Amino acid sequence: MNEETTNNPVSEVPQEKTGPQWGRLAVWGGLLLLMGMLAVGLKRTQEGPVQPGQMAPEFIVTSFDGQNYNSAELRGKVIVLNFWASWCKPCEQEAADLEAAWQYYADRGDVVFLGVDYVDTEPEALGYLTKFNISYPNGPDLGTRISQAFRIRGVPETYIINQEGMLTHTQIGPFTSLAQIKAVIDPLLDQ
Amino acid sequence: MKQHSTFNLQFSTTIIFLLFLAVLAVPVTALAQDAEPYAPTDDEINAIAREMFCPVCENVPLDVCGTQACAQWRALIGEKLSQGWTEEEIKQYFVDQYGARVLSEPPREGINWLVYVVPPVAFLVGAYVLLKGLRSWRQIEPESTPLVNDEISDDYVARLEDELRKSQ
Repeated sequence: MNEETTNNPVSEVPQEKTGPQWGRLAVWGGLLLLMGMLAVGLKRTQEGPVQPGQMAPEFIVTSFDGQNYNSAELRGKVIVLNFWASWCKPCEQEAADLEAAWQYYADRGDVVFLGVDYVDTEPEALGYLTKFNISYPNGPDLGTRISQAFRIRGVPETYIINQEGMLTHTQIGPFTSLAQIKAVIDPLLDQ
Repeated sequence: MKQHSTFNLQFSTTIIFLLFLAVLAVPVTALAQDAEPYAPTDDEINAIAREMFCPVCENVPLDVCGTQACAQWRALIGEKLSQGWTEEEIKQYFVDQYGARVLSEPPREGINWLVYVVPPVAFLVGAYVLLKGLRSWRQIEPESTPLVNDEISDDYVARLEDELRKSQ
C-alpha cells in the first residue's frame, strides 16, 4: 500500500522547492529592517521633550564669543538652559526676567545660565542680546544638535538641570516672572 | 565786435570747464560703481532658498515660507551672495549652522544613502517577485490540465474509483 502511495501520480505534481530560499529571506529581512528603522524614527518623533526625572542629555554650548560650556564639566552646579531665537516674540516676554534671575544668582557661583540660540542668524541674535541687556553666556545651536538632544518642540523652552545632571523642571513657553524662575531654582539650592 | 569775442571766450571757457568736469566725473562714477556691493536679485536668492527648508516651518520651502525666521535666512543668503559666495558654499554654511536637514535633498553620505538606494531596490525586488509569480502561474496551468486527460491520469482515476467502490 505504501508503495502504491509513493507511486501515486498525484505525487508527480510539481512540488515547491524546499530548503533555504535566500532571496525570500533577504527580502523579508530588508523589509523588517526598514520597518524597524521607521518604527524607531516614529518613536523618537512621538517621544516629546526630555522629561523631568530623566538624566539631561550631554551638550556643549559654544558662546558667540567662543567660550565652551560643557554640561559634564558643570556637574555640581544648577544649569538653566534656555532655548530662544531673535524671531521669537514670546522669548522677548521672558528675556528681562531671565537676565534678572541671572543677576540674582550670579554671585553665588553655583547656578549657571546658558542661552541656546535656535535656528537663528547671528547679527539678529546679537542684536537681541544687546536689546535685552543679556549678560549670561549665549551661543548658537550649531547643527541644531542641542535642540535635537532635548527634543524641543519650539522656543522658548527652558530646562533646569540639578547638580547631578538630572532634569528637574521643563518650562515650555516663557517664564512669566522672576518669582516663577526662583521658585524652580531655589529648592535645588537648598538640597 | 568786442562783445562778441568776449562772449566767444566765455563760451569756450565754459565748454572747457564742463569738459574738464565730465572727464573728472567719469572715473569718480566708475569708482562709485565699483564700491557699490553686489546686490543679488530675489530670483537669485530664491533659486537657492527653494532647495532649502527651515526647521521651524517643516515642509515649507524657504523661498515661500512667510515666517520671520525664514525672512532672516533669505536675507542671510542675499548677504552671502553679495559677498561673492557660491551656491555650494552657502548651502554648506547653512548645513554647518543648522544641520543637514535644511537641505531639500539629503547629502549622499552615511545613512542618507538609504533614501536613494531603498526605493529603486524595493521597486526592482517588487518587479522581480511579480514577474516570478506570473511565470509560475503560467507554468502550473499546462501541467495540471493533462493530469485529467492522459493515460496515467485515466489509470489513476480508475483506481481511485475502484478504491472508493471498495470502501463503500
